[in-house]
Amino acid sequence: MAGRTLAGLLEASAVRYPQRLSVVDSENLTLTYAELDKQANALARFLLGHGVRRGDRVGVALPKGLPAVVSIFGIMKAGAAYVPIDISAPMDRSRRILEECRISALIADTASLALRHMSCGGSVPAVVVNPPEGQTEGVSFHEIVAGDGERAPVEPVGDDLAYIIYTSGSTGMPKGAMITHANALSFIDWCTETFAPTPDDRFSNHAPFHFDYSVLDLYVSIKHGATVYLISEDLARRPRDMVRFIARHRLTVWSSTPSALTMIVQFGELEASDASSLRLVTFGGEVFPPRHLRSLQRHWKSAEYFNLYGPTEITTACTFARIPSNVPENRESPYPIGFACAHCRTLVLDESGREVAEGGEGLLYISGPSVFAGYWNRPAETAAAFLDRSGTRWYNTGDVVRWDPAEGFTYVGRKDRMVKRRGYRIELGEIEQALHLHAGVREAAVVAIPDADAGLRIVACVSCGNDRPSVVELKSFCATKVPAYMVPDRFVFRDKLPRTSSDKVDYQTLGQVAEARER
Amino acid sequence: MQDTKETIRQFILVSQLPGESPDSLRDDTPLQTSGILDSLATVGLVSFIEKHFGVELDVYDTSVEHFDSIDDIAATILRKRAASRT
Repeated sequence: MAGRTLAGLLEASAVRYPQRLSVVDSENLTLTYAELDKQANALARFLLGHGVRRGDRVGVALPKGLPAVVSIFGIMKAGAAYVPIDISAPMDRSRRILEECRISALIADTASLALRHMSCGGSVPAVVVNPPEGQTEGVSFHEIVAGDGERAPVEPVGDDLAYIIYTSGSTGMPKGAMITHANALSFIDWCTETFAPTPDDRFSNHAPFHFDYSVLDLYVSIKHGATVYLISEDLARRPRDMVRFIARHRLTVWSSTPSALTMIVQFGELEASDASSLRLVTFGGEVFPPRHLRSLQRHWKSAEYFNLYGPTEITTACTFARIPSNVPENRESPYPIGFACAHCRTLVLDESGREVAEGGEGLLYISGPSVFAGYWNRPAETAAAFLDRSGTRWYNTGDVVRWDPAEGFTYVGRKDRMVKRRGYRIELGEIEQALHLHAGVREAAVVAIPDADAGLRIVACVSCGNDRPSVVELKSFCATKVPAYMVPDRFVFRDKLPRTSSDKVDYQTLGQVAEARER
Repeated sequence: MQDTKETIRQFILVSQLPGESPDSLRDDTPLQTSGILDSLATVGLVSFIEKHFGVELDVYDTSVEHFDSIDDIAATILRKRAASRT
């Protein structure tokens, strides 16, 4: 089993189902399994010919589309790990990511090609998707993938890194979770057991590739010879068109964050489209408000529903809950995150390190083959993320849960300052670091408060000099420093921030101020 | 045209920028690329415009190129209304 890899899943399906469709994009462009495999081989050969070696990292800064999928597989076939970049995030943040993990090649579209100059001395080989006429920089993706499609002579193993996904870091610098092929495969194999996919399934892919929910869509589909339908960034902003997309392609599996589904419920005109093809809906990354879930189920009646829970560090999901297909009218509390997936073990410890009894609360720890290899280049943070207990390495999720034998785990909250919004992890400290860079900001503190519709609102409390910047100015400034999902929803201005007796920012009072303002 | 812009401005101020002075939201202030409108807020604005102005906006109309400022949005509405009359 040491040789099993994510690229191997594609290779096996390409042998078995060469003429079936592997990927379809939002513009209806398609690749068969044979085409995807051949193009990825050609790209792997190019990368190997340009200095990429097994164990290297290669950045992918592309919009959702067929070239992004070919790139991911091509990089893995070269034995390297892909580092997916959020092309909507500020370039400077992406530059720091690419520099930190020292990429040895970059695959980008013209809009993101500037990242090459900004990072790694501007010298790494670049593959460019859709270069405009006359552009001389980099090598054209389309020319490369038309080349020799023979399999490259590289044999990655299960313990090699498959990808590095960066998540928000409290000090202002994102940190990269390193996931091996074996990590990802243990989760994918669990999906096989639990969801029983077939070659006739048509998977949606809503999550961007820098969000590890995409691992489910992409690799489970490819493993089973099914077809994955890519939802472009533009389409993801169009709930009505997404609903039509599901009907037109008769999708059978849908996975996304509850926020995306809430948007679909509110603006998708569900009554106008046929979604009877859907057999499975999974959601995760945040709480799904029951009233929106009920509305969804009134229209999407044929599907089985699953709530998935898990940080990037344990590859997409480590606990799951089956949700009844008729959420009762009187249910107001969100559904629990459920029970450990079969490939994971769980442990809940109270503050003194004792296992909690039924009904008790404590920190959730996970062990098993899907637990990540560590943070790239961060030995101290990696060590701090684990607990060694009776010979087993346990990952500390930082999430406080309550244990109930009937419902499983219920998410309670966190002890630190990380929150989840639209499935993305946000360290509130990273937003504060960004605000502090603004010349007009003297002090900044950021809190997250619950919101019935949005799930969570991010409120920045700011003290400024006499010339206070407008909210428009501050939001625009934040958008140049952090991704859009981290830009605060609301701003509260104070002459001074409240402080505790030990002169620390009094977040408890700030939270109350922010909540009072929302009412 | 000015009425259209004021209607859009008021909607954004009330829904996204409570307490903000109307002066700071100019006709050319970027909305999507600036983080003022996140994806959900953009969808909310699209829905408001479709109902209020009786137009149907497609992917092209709401792309960042055509939907990133009050100026852009007002022009898009004008174009859609003109197209529906012909």
